[in-house]
Amino acid sequence: MSKPKLAIYWAAGCGGCDIAILDIEARILDVAAAFDLALWPCAADFKRKDVAALPDGDIALCLFNGAIRTAENVEMARLLRARSATLVAFGACAAAGGIPGLANQFGRDELLARVYRETPSTDNPAGTVPGPRTAVPEGTLELPALEERVRALGDVVAVDYTIPGCPPQPARIWAVLETIVRGGPLPPKGSVLGAGEKTCCEECPRRREEKRIRRFVRPHEIVPDPERCLLDQGLVCLGPATRSGCGALCPAAGAPCRGCYGPPPGTRDQGAKMISALASIVDSQDPAEVEAILAGIADPVGTFHRFGFASSLVRGVRP
Amino acid sequence: MKTIAIDPITRLEGHGKIDIFLTDDGDVAETYLQIPELRGFEKFCEGRPVEELPRIMTRICGVCPEAHHLASAKACDAVFHVEPPPAAKKLRELLYSAFFAGDHATHFYALAGPDFVVGPTAPAAERNILGVVAKVGLAAGKRVIQHRAGAQEVVKILGGKAVHPVTSVPGGVTKGITETERARIEQLAREFVAFGEFTLGLFDQIVLGNQAYLDLILGDVYTQRVYSMGTVDPQGRVNFYDGAVRVVDPAGKALVTFAPRDYLEHLAEHVEPWSYLKFPYLKQIGWKGFVDGPESGIYQATPLSRLNAADGMATPKAQAAYERMVRTLGGKPVHATLATHWARVIELLYAAERALELATDPEITSPEIRTVPSATPDEGVGCVEAPRGTLYHHYVTDEKGFVRRVNLIVGTTNNHAAITMSIRRAAQRLIHRGVEVTDGLLNMIEMAFRAYDPCFGCATHSLPGQLPLEVVIHDAAGGVRVLRRG
Amino acid sequence: MTFEPRIVGFLCNWCSYSGADLAGVSRIPSAPNLRAIRVMCTGRVDPTFVLRAFELGADGVLISGCHPGDCHYAEGNYKAMRRVALLQAVLKGAGVDPARLRIEWVSASEGEKFARVVNEFTARVRALGPLKAAAEPVAAAAD
Ligand code: SF4
Ligand code: SF4
Ligand code: SF4
Ligand code: FES
Repeated sequence: MSKPKLAIYWAAGCGGCDIAILDIEARILDVAAAFDLALWPCAADFKRKDVAALPDGDIALCLFNGAIRTAENVEMARLLRARSATLVAFGACAAAGGIPGLANQFGRDELLARVYRETPSTDNPAGTVPGPRTAVPEGTLELPALEERVRALGDVVAVDYTIPGCPPQPARIWAVLETIVRGGPLPPKGSVLGAGEKTCCEECPRRREEKRIRRFVRPHEIVPDPERCLLDQGLVCLGPATRSGCGALCPAAGAPCRGCYGPPPGTRDQGAKMISALASIVDSQDPAEVEAILAGIADPVGTFHRFGFASSLVRGVRP
Repeated sequence: MKTIAIDPITRLEGHGKIDIFLTDDGDVAETYLQIPELRGFEKFCEGRPVEELPRIMTRICGVCPEAHHLASAKACDAVFHVEPPPAAKKLRELLYSAFFAGDHATHFYALAGPDFVVGPTAPAAERNILGVVAKVGLAAGKRVIQHRAGAQEVVKILGGKAVHPVTSVPGGVTKGITETERARIEQLAREFVAFGEFTLGLFDQIVLGNQAYLDLILGDVYTQRVYSMGTVDPQGRVNFYDGAVRVVDPAGKALVTFAPRDYLEHLAEHVEPWSYLKFPYLKQIGWKGFVDGPESGIYQATPLSRLNAADGMATPKAQAAYERMVRTLGGKPVHATLATHWARVIELLYAAERALELATDPEITSPEIRTVPSATPDEGVGCVEAPRGTLYHHYVTDEKGFVRRVNLIVGTTNNHAAITMSIRRAAQRLIHRGVEVTDGLLNMIEMAFRAYDPCFGCATHSLPGQLPLEVVIHDAAGGVRVLRRG
Repeated sequence: MTFEPRIVGFLCNWCSYSGADLAGVSRIPSAPNLRAIRVMCTGRVDPTFVLRAFELGADGVLISGCHPGDCHYAEGNYKAMRRVALLQAVLKGAGVDPARLRIEWVSASEGEKFARVVNEFTARVRALGPLKAAAEPVAAAAD
C-alpha cells in the first residue's frame, strides 16, 4: 500500500523553515517512514511537473513556507493548493507575510531603484535594472517578475492550518507531525497548530509586576535586570500580544519578544493587541506627556507588525 | 543555437539557474548564472531603529543567519562607536565558530560528499547523502547528524534560538553563559574537533588516496585564476569573526589589505539585467567582463580563497592540515576550484579548534558582556567571513540611530562572477560536438558550481541536502529534451 | 463632484452620544458624513475596531468621549487617548495620514461643540481625499 504523500515547499522566505524541519533530527526518519515525499526542493529531486501530474488532493500534507513575492510564488501556491488535501501555512512568512512583508511599506520600484541604482557600491552608469526578459547575444534570458507587494499564503489560496513561528520550533513541528504520523485527529480546519493557546508571557520565566511605564527604552540603552519582565523595565516586548508556543525563547535570552508566533487566540491583528496592552500600562494622563512617552517607541509598525504587516489590518487600509 | 538550462532547484521551485548556450556546432558559446529573486532588505530596513537590524537581517538567510546577525551587530557597534567587552566578543565568536563547524560539515557531507565519496559519474540515484552513508557506514552517518545537532545546540545556548539568533545588541550580547553551559559547550567543542579530524581523515582516505580524484582536482577543467579574498587576523592568519580583508592576486602577491570600513574604496558591484544578484569586483582592477587573470577585477571569496589570502591558520591542527594541502597542491595560491572542498574541511577543523579554545577561555563566563553606547550614532560597517564569502553590512543612521541607508554585499554574491566563469570553463572543456551530454557529464559541470557552496539563501536559497537538478536541452529545431538527476 | 468622506464615529454613551443628540435636537447644522456607533465608553474602543473601520472603507474615524476626569469608568478615556496616539503612529507607518483618526472630548451638554468637531473633522478628511488615493504608491498587484 502506498503511503500518504508529503510536500514541503518554500516561496519567498529565508530557508530557515526548512532548516527547522531538518532540526527535528533523527525523527526525520520517522517522517520518511510514514510518508512518501512528493516535493522537497532542498532535499529531494521532485519537480514542479511531477506535482502537476498528480491528481487533485493527492498530496496528504503540504507544508508551505515563505511569503508570496513573485508571480512564480503565486503559481506554486495555486498548484500546491489544488494537489494537496491539507495545506499548511508553515512559518511566519507563509502565515502572515513575515519579515519580507515589511517591504510593503515601500513600493516595488523603490526597492529596485535602491538596490540597483542608489547603493554606494553599485557601479551602474546605464541605470540597468534586472527585468523579466533580457536579450543576450546567444538568446533570451528570463527572470520571474516581482509582484507589486508581498502577500501571505492565505491571501492567495485557502489555507487549512497555520503553524506559526519564525521559524517554528523543531519540538513543535515534531509534535504536529507525530500526531499526523500516528493518525491522530487534527483540530478543525482553520486552527493554528504547533503553538499554545495563551500568550508568550505565560511561558516566560521572567517575573512580572504591576506594569506602570513612564519611559520606553531601546534594547541597547539599558542592561536589563535578568529576572524581571522586560516590558516592566521599559523595553517593548511583544509577549502580551504573541501566541505562546516557542517557550519565550527571546526574553529568556535577554532579548524582547518580537512576535514571530503571531497573534494570540481570538486576536485578528497583533499590532492592535499590542497597542491595547501598551495603552493600559503607560502611566500618564496628560496628553503631552503621553505623547512624549509613546514617542519613545521606535518604529511602531516595524515592532508591532514585524512579522505580520503584509496581512495586518493596517495593510487593509492600504490595499 | 541550443540552450541547456540547469536549474539547480528548478526555476519554478526556486532560486538559481544556469543557462548554457551551445553553438550550432555543439560547442559552448556562453553560460549564465541567474538569480531569480530579490527581497529588498536594503530598502525596507530604512527608517528602522538600527539596533533591531541584527534581528531583522537574519532573515536574509536561514542557512547562515549567524553570519548576518553578527555582521549586523558589528555594523551596529560601529554606528554607535561602541566597543563590546572582550567576553562579549568571545561569546559571539564562539557562537560563530560552532555555526561554522556545523555548516561546513553539512556542505561537505550532503552536497560535496556525493561527488567524491560516491563518485562524480556514479548513477544519480546513488549520488546523494544516502549514497555517502552507504559508502562510509551508518555509524559515520549518525556522527554527521549528531555533529550538526551539537552545533545547533551551541548556537541555541548562546544565541537564544538555533535558527535566527537574537542575543547580539550594539555594545555586546544580552546573555552570558553559566559554568554549566560552558562545560556543555566545551564537551561539544571537543567532539567538533574529533569530528573535524575524522572528516579530514575521510577526505585523505577517499579523495587523496585516489589518483583519479587528484587529477580531477588539479586538472584544467576546474582551474580558474582569479584574485583571492579573505579576512586575516593581525598575524595574517584566517579569522572568521574579525580582522582585515586581504586580497592577493592570481600569482599570490598581496594586492591590498584593507579595514572592512573602507570596503567602498576597494569594491564595486556590476549590474546585469538578467540576474537579480549583482557582480562585485575589485575597483582597483576594474570590471572587464567575465574573464579571469590578473587584468580582471573578478575575485573569489571562499574557503579556498581565504586560505590563499592568509599566511596560515591560527590553530595547530588546522595549520598542519593547511601546510599539507599547500604542499600537495604545489604551493599557493591554489587555483583548483575543487580544492575548495579540502579548504572547507580544514576550516571546519579550525572552527572546531577555535570553538574549543574559546570554550576553555577563562574569560568566557565573565558577566561583563555589555557596554551601553553613549556616542551619537552615525555610520558603520560590519564584516565577517560567512562560510560562503566575505559579508559586509553598511548602515548610515540619523543622530537618533534610525536607519537612513543600508548597503549589503553578501557572501555568495562575491562569487557570482567567479562561479559563472567556473561553470563556463567546465562546460567548454566538457561539452563538444559529438560528445553526448550525459547526466554524469552535467554533474561534472555542476561540480564547478557546487564547490562554491553557493547559498542563494543569501540572495535566495540553496539548502543543505541533496541538490536536485534539472537539465533542459533545447535543440535548434525547438525540441526539448529533459535530463533529470538527483 | 466633491468627494464626500465616510466618517465612522465611536461615541461614548454617557456624553458624546448625548451631545450628538443635543446637536440634532437643537438643529445645529452638522455634516451628514458621520456614521455614529454608540459605545459604553471610549475605553471600549478596541484598536481593532478602528483598523477594521478603515479596512471596511472609512476615510476617517472619530472617537469622542467624556472630558478628562469625567469618564464613568474612571480611566477609559485616558486609555483611549493613549491608544489613539499609538494607532496614529501605526497609521503613519502604513502610509495613512494620522489626521484621519481623531479623539475629542464632548460632554452631553456640548451639542454645539459636537457639531463643530464633526464639521471640522469632515472638512479635514475631505481635504485629505479618499483613503484609497493615499494608498496609490503601493497599489495592489492585480489578481
Ligand atoms: S518564517 Fe522565518 S524562518 Fe521561515 S522562511 Fe520566513 S523568515 Fe525564514
Ligand atoms: S518579558 Fe516579555 S514575554 Fe516575558 S513577561 Fe515580560 S512582556 Fe511577557
Ligand atoms: S519570544 Fe517572541 S520573537 Fe522570540 S521566538 Fe518566541 S514568539 Fe518569536
Ligand atoms: S464613559 Fe465616556 S469616555 Fe468613559
